[in-house]
Amino acid sequence: MRETMNILVSGVGGQGVVLASEIISAAALEAGYDVKQSEVHGMAQRGGSVVSHVRFGPKVFSPLVEQGTGHLLLSFEKSETLRWTGFLNPAEGVIVMNTQEIIPVTVSQGLSEYPHDAVERLVSAGFRTVALDALALAREAGTERAVNIVLVGAASPFMRLDEDLLRKVIAERVPPKYRELNLKAFELGLAASRR
Amino acid sequence: MLLSGNEAIAWGFRDAGGHFAAAYPGTPSTEILEAIAPFPEVYAQWSPNEKAAFESAFGASLAGARVLVAMKHVGLNVAADPLFTSVYTGINGGMVIVSADDPSMHSSQNEQDNRNYAAFAKLPLLEPSDPQECYDFVGIALELSEKYDIPVLLRTETRLSHGKARVETRDGRNEVPLRDPDLRWDKYVMMPINARPRRVDLARRLAALHEFSETGGLNRIEPGDKKVGIISSGVSYMYAREVFPSASYLKLGMSYPFPEKLVRAFADEILGAGGIIYIVEELDPFIEMRVKALGIPCKGKDLLPEIGEFSPEIIRSAIRGERLETKPLSGAPSRPPNLCPGCPHTSVFFHLNRLKANVFGDIGCYTLGALPPLSSIHTCVCMGASVTNAFGFAKVRGGEEAKKTFAVLGDSTFFHMGIPGLMEMVYNKGVNTLIVLDNRTTAMTGHQVHPGSGRTLKGEETTALLPERIAEAMGIDHVQVIDPYDMRGVRDALKKAMEHEGPSVIVTRRACVLLPEERKRWEALPKFVVLEERCAGEKCHLCLRLGCPAIFVSGGKAKIDRTLCTSCSLCAQVCPRTYNAIFPEDQLAEVSHA
Repeated sequence: MRETMNILVSGVGGQGVVLASEIISAAALEAGYDVKQSEVHGMAQRGGSVVSHVRFGPKVFSPLVEQGTGHLLLSFEKSETLRWTGFLNPAEGVIVMNTQEIIPVTVSQGLSEYPHDAVERLVSAGFRTVALDALALAREAGTERAVNIVLVGAASPFMRLDEDLLRKVIAERVPPKYRELNLKAFELGLAASRR
Repeated sequence: MLLSGNEAIAWGFRDAGGHFAAAYPGTPSTEILEAIAPFPEVYAQWSPNEKAAFESAFGASLAGARVLVAMKHVGLNVAADPLFTSVYTGINGGMVIVSADDPSMHSSQNEQDNRNYAAFAKLPLLEPSDPQECYDFVGIALELSEKYDIPVLLRTETRLSHGKARVETRDGRNEVPLRDPDLRWDKYVMMPINARPRRVDLARRLAALHEFSETGGLNRIEPGDKKVGIISSGVSYMYAREVFPSASYLKLGMSYPFPEKLVRAFADEILGAGGIIYIVEELDPFIEMRVKALGIPCKGKDLLPEIGEFSPEIIRSAIRGERLETKPLSGAPSRPPNLCPGCPHTSVFFHLNRLKANVFGDIGCYTLGALPPLSSIHTCVCMGASVTNAFGFAKVRGGEEAKKTFAVLGDSTFFHMGIPGLMEMVYNKGVNTLIVLDNRTTAMTGHQVHPGSGRTLKGEETTALLPERIAEAMGIDHVQVIDPYDMRGVRDALKKAMEHEGPSVIVTRRACVLLPEERKRWEALPKFVVLEERCAGEKCHLCLRLGCPAIFVSGGKAKIDRTLCTSCSLCAQVCPRTYNAIFPEDQLAEVSHA
């Protein structure tokens, strides 16, 4: 791989976006690449919109993906996907997204509308989009909290990383008693994405 | 290792033989001390505030230790008093001051450029560009500090502090013995007779540092295409390198004292070849002003913004006038941060809103009480300002207006800078009320212990301070301690405080829902559900006024997202008796049959 791989991971604070990015970064590091990862902490994470940038390749300078150069948008929440498409390369960019809806307080208050048809909008805009119900798959694996691992699994065919490296990093990162559960979550995501 | 800039600073300090580290948590600096704490070789502590952290570290330096003090940009305002004079006295063991700036105010009230402090207070400024340099520069800063007898300012930004990258560390820690203590009175007692000669000595030390800035290797020319010469520092340099890989660079790792000779040499090369010099720096024109003062023509803030953080696309479009093709879509709903489901602050803001109180806020999660629908906080300026702002407001308005004036701040903020405000309230006969939202932690920055926790950063047991006892000791006779999960209790406490003639304090005590032990507690509880047939829908929607992220509307009726509910019961308490539509799910069967 000669070019830098550009990934955005988006979602809502508390969903495990940062942990997913760390897994991807750690796998890229194992693969021998230079890696940069960036996100913001603090107030930005209190239930607000969250995005993490992950870049890897032979030599990476900027910690941020430049708009129009993203190869993959991995989105943890349906409506959040719409917010970040400007970062994708319009021709090559792939979207892997969770269809889970987390209704923001602004919608509950009638201040904005929730785009239930986000998947259709993305597809009709011409983006190659893989949409899956990662929450259901996480429950199938054994816990709703494995949503992030399901999504890493679903994104793995599009990351130019060896899937076994990702499995290895996940196995190392989670507590031993949750290892099987998380590896199952990874496989369920991967299978859903290949369908 | 893959390390964030903050983690790299921690490793750099440990490996450079650091002995003593102190800080008050603040985004984006917090993880520095969190990463130092597990190192057995280094003493590490959370101080009540940045001034205390700075001064303790200074004392430790005089005792012969290599010290680090870390803070967010605005934290250095709090520590500015000792900063300006410590530069005169100099230090004993090496002292590095980390300032983590927050361009774009991701989690801050302003975006001040703390490089200015280096020129203002007159101390050397190091600006790493990536985590590797964070690691390396801490060791260099300690060496410089000891060699030139001066504290060293190391400045990072959000994208550096929180950006992770590969870092090569040295093989183990360089064990540096404590120096002998230094208590020379003519060096450290800054009364005029000593301060005046120390001021002159500071000029001598700065001149020597100026020479190091020219030749020490932290500032370097990276030759390339001479048509474009870029002078840059910090994370901005990385964006520029990404967008203009073949340009010529003068990379500044030490931008104060400013390396004028090096800048002139770079300018001669670029301008001599007919090229243009660009200054690429976030926020203030700190470098640009100094380049222009040398009479060197350059482009900087005329092209690049002075407000907000940079990104590769900002630099590309400013310098090249081009934008890559993109396909942005609209339709993502606005999703600002909010108080968490079950946040114990919620009930207080719900009632303050209904009482139409004058509410002076402070720095922490609870600042979010300003947003709709809670919409109850009217100000948020800086740490501890709630108490004194409220006092001043109430003093001028007097009467009923004064009585319905409240200051609201968290437990950690109370210990940080709320206590002097309390003295102000007592001493100068305030009639307003101070509410301490005691959630047993410093929540916003990720749950750090504080003087009320009974535990230190290193995990040792210690004295736990109680805000109510401090208030009582100050002579406030109207102090209420309540559970914020009791909606009626909160309302009653607010009303009693308003009726009281004189200063009043309310402590609302309940642990943050995100603390691991709290999470364990509520995860075992049945979730709450809305009985659809009983919900009155749009004509009520009182539960929605809590602003709980777990409550949303579907088909006109309120619904609760099971994955978010923390079983706090606040929604069931606000649901009017006539509808009585919200229950824990284990009671659902009996209720719906009733």
